[in-house]
Amino acid sequence: MTDRIRFLASFPVRALTVLFLLLSVSGMIAQSQTADRSAPPPLGPPPVLKVPPIQTAKLSNGLSVVLMEKHGVPLLDMRLLINAGTVDEPTALPGLASMTAAMMTEGAGDRNSLQLADAMDFLGARIGVSSGFHSTTVSLFTPLSKFEDALALFRDIATKPTFPAEELDRLRKDRLTAMKQWHDQPRSIASIALPKLLYGERSPYGRPTTGNEKSLLAMKVADIASFYRARFHAANATLLVAGDVTLAEILPKLESALGSWKAGTSAKTPFQTAAQVGKRTIILVDKPGAPQSEIRIGRIGVERTTKDYEALVVMNTILGGSFSSRLNQNLREKHGYTYGATSSFAFRVHPGPFTAASAVQTGVTDKALAEFMNEMKAIITPVSDEELARAKNYVAYGYPQNFQTVSDIAGELEELVQYNLPETHFNSFISRILSVTKEDVHRVAKKYIDPENIVIVVVGDRKVIEDGIRGLNLGDMKIMSITDILGDPPK
Amino acid sequence: MKRIFIVMFLCVVTAGAQELRLSVPYSRTVLPNGLQVILHEDHSTPTVSVNMYYNVGSGREKPGRTGFAHLFEHLMFMGSKNVPVGKFDEWLEAAGGDNNGSTNEDRTNYYENVPSNAVELALFLDSDRMGHLVDAMSPEKVDAQRDVVKNERRQSYENRPYGMASIVLSENLYSASHPYHWPTIGSMADLSAASFDDVVEFFRQYYVPNNASLVIAGDIDPEKVRTLVEKWFGGIPAGKRLPPIDAPTPFLLEEKRLVIEDKVQLPQLTMAWLTPAIFTPGDAELDVLSSILTGGKNSRLYKRLVYELQIAQDVSAVQSSRGLSSDFSITATARSGHTLTELETAIQQELHRIKTETPAARELQRAVNQYEASFLSRLERVGGFGGKADLLNNYFLRTGNPDFFNEDLSRYRSLDPKDISTVAQTYLRDDARVVLSVVPEGKTELAAEKKGGK
Repeated sequence: MTDRIRFLASFPVRALTVLFLLLSVSGMIAQSQTADRSAPPPLGPPPVLKVPPIQTAKLSNGLSVVLMEKHGVPLLDMRLLINAGTVDEPTALPGLASMTAAMMTEGAGDRNSLQLADAMDFLGARIGVSSGFHSTTVSLFTPLSKFEDALALFRDIATKPTFPAEELDRLRKDRLTAMKQWHDQPRSIASIALPKLLYGERSPYGRPTTGNEKSLLAMKVADIASFYRARFHAANATLLVAGDVTLAEILPKLESALGSWKAGTSAKTPFQTAAQVGKRTIILVDKPGAPQSEIRIGRIGVERTTKDYEALVVMNTILGGSFSSRLNQNLREKHGYTYGATSSFAFRVHPGPFTAASAVQTGVTDKALAEFMNEMKAIITPVSDEELARAKNYVAYGYPQNFQTVSDIAGELEELVQYNLPETHFNSFISRILSVTKEDVHRVAKKYIDPENIVIVVVGDRKVIEDGIRGLNLGDMKIMSITDILGDPPK
Repeated sequence: MKRIFIVMFLCVVTAGAQELRLSVPYSRTVLPNGLQVILHEDHSTPTVSVNMYYNVGSGREKPGRTGFAHLFEHLMFMGSKNVPVGKFDEWLEAAGGDNNGSTNEDRTNYYENVPSNAVELALFLDSDRMGHLVDAMSPEKVDAQRDVVKNERRQSYENRPYGMASIVLSENLYSASHPYHWPTIGSMADLSAASFDDVVEFFRQYYVPNNASLVIAGDIDPEKVRTLVEKWFGGIPAGKRLPPIDAPTPFLLEEKRLVIEDKVQLPQLTMAWLTPAIFTPGDAELDVLSSILTGGKNSRLYKRLVYELQIAQDVSAVQSSRGLSSDFSITATARSGHTLTELETAIQQELHRIKTETPAARELQRAVNQYEASFLSRLERVGGFGGKADLLNNYFLRTGNPDFFNEDLSRYRSLDPKDISTVAQTYLRDDARVVLSVVPEGKTELAAEKKGGK
């Protein structure tokens, strides 16, 4: 299937709802049969989204439960969110959090890897463990009719993983091969290069979460078991549930499955941060013969809990966070340099990167870079009223779509808990987005988009694009090889 | 303001102790100009999806103009007589909506997801481009999207490792006179050749109300929406009736072995066969066969190649179901130090086994249970690709029954283990397939050698 839109990154549309202003009082639905096409039909008053209440409870071991009911389809999404991520790894073993997560489904309770997979698949349930910079999530998606059987597997995976050595050897090979394949993938090279250049490999935000060849070869079952022992317990976790259930129905089942998991204590690891980038530099990574150049432009952004969050979401929507955004309109619709251009802020516990990105036809790489620069300069001047209103409405009134599925809702709960957002978060978000002003957008653009102090990464065919890029005089340019970014390919 | 409504959205009725019966209730009407209109209520969130199918895909293209149906899809977003260029997206976004379109061999679809107060805006925009696209079309607009689509081809095929494999496979599975011979994205030369006149002709022929179906699903009042549809679409004249696609029955009478070079480090093997069209006998069996071969850790090929022997990095099998014909393919990437010949030998052995020994009842049931869960999850979301609006339209196009959910699932529930062996024997023949090796540049010696073991 060939889509109209397949962006490099999904648009970071995040917003929340409940009630607000009338866009147009005269927007009653026309009953007339004549279609007056001279102007678009007016909108009626925006609908009200009623987000079901957030319900909370604690199991006897202190494990917090956060639940939102979602009725209609007999499904359930449950996630155990544990404070254990890349940031908590020992310096010598990058990739340990990610490998621990992967190993949790390789043997648990009295089942080995294949038995676990067979039991899950036979239920039609999906249980997975994933890790991020700051957390590990054990997630379950299941038909409600299979919940009790699935919960037993979920409990074993979360609380009784066995970490078999032969499975570690298998996963190690899998990851080393995947790393080798990165060398073939221009998009992976660019996406790894930018954070590495922004944060350096000493920061967890600057390196791939799967680690490197050296750490993978060094990793032992004992390392995984000790990482798990130190952090995986009730005091360091929250259980999130969204589905066709009530708290009263599910709580006894959760208590019986997880209530006796050890309580433990919560823990915090200091974060290795990095200094903001200095004067603009260009890194050209040579990929001979590439028909497109992968462009990533960035600097260090801001944490999720910033007071500027709503203003940044609106500003980024205007810059590169929607189809009608300036970057996409300019590079794709006006110039035809690309299939899509985007920008995004990675909102994390600590400041994640701001990234503007596109894959452009090789022959126009310099022109495309010049347009990126034009747009980054333009966004730090005031935006128009029309753009502001469009971006705010897009984020705010599109928000109800985030509550359609049990997995959407579980994802919203995950964000709520991970960033310790207030309980009023869902119900106040829309009004907070709608109250962003032109001055707010101008202020945060100046504060966070600084086109003089950025890193530009281009992965493309050096012999075709180097002269043109130099001609732009954007700053110091450094030529790098793919192995400068990724290291030698694992054998 | 909304009236008091009767909740009649999706029903999942329990019949008997075990089996869920899936249903997505709808109402259907046909406008005098032939436009099919299908409505479905789901008030669980205040959003609506407006989903339009045009019964035309790359299967209607002629050699020399490949990629045109998809290029045309892009042009549908470039404004129409009463919608200046750029405003299609801007007006929808300003209402809180989003939109997209996609093209495959058999159809082109479009959706607008909007808050429930913006349904009429979506109908206005969709009707203006159905009725009045060419009034605002220009050679410049064609040129602009031509460049975008060429970049889509570069991004999705040419600059992607192994990206050209699917194009080569189709060229070899289907003869040059069959429309599945070429990819939906088209060739660069044909994209360059597409003209303004082609756009006008294509629009008159295919973008007519009697060749389209419109689903509106979500938080709607059906009576009001039906009135609005009549208002905005009623005046668009019908076009000529389309004859069915005149395509030859595809066949393969030999094993074709091909090698292409790519900028990759690990060689990759694909075997592909021609198989029955979507929703015809054999199609569901082949879906289940793909699950038994590569769905999950205990699937036969994954377990053998990736888990036990560890000679492959990945293996996947898929029945790509389409209207005129389907194809079934198995793809595996070799680990360092392992050859495609080793992979082919192991795959051949597993194919031989599934053809000659009936799979265990549990293997089949495991696959069917996973289909059941995935069908339930299809009932959750209203909009977007794969949402209920899109699925109602797809089922209507393919079967004439928008609410085909339960019948579709029943195809899987009713299978017997021996059916799986039968389709493997019937369709996955050694002497009627394409075997493609993608190897690192200059290393054609890494291609799978002629004939793997039996």
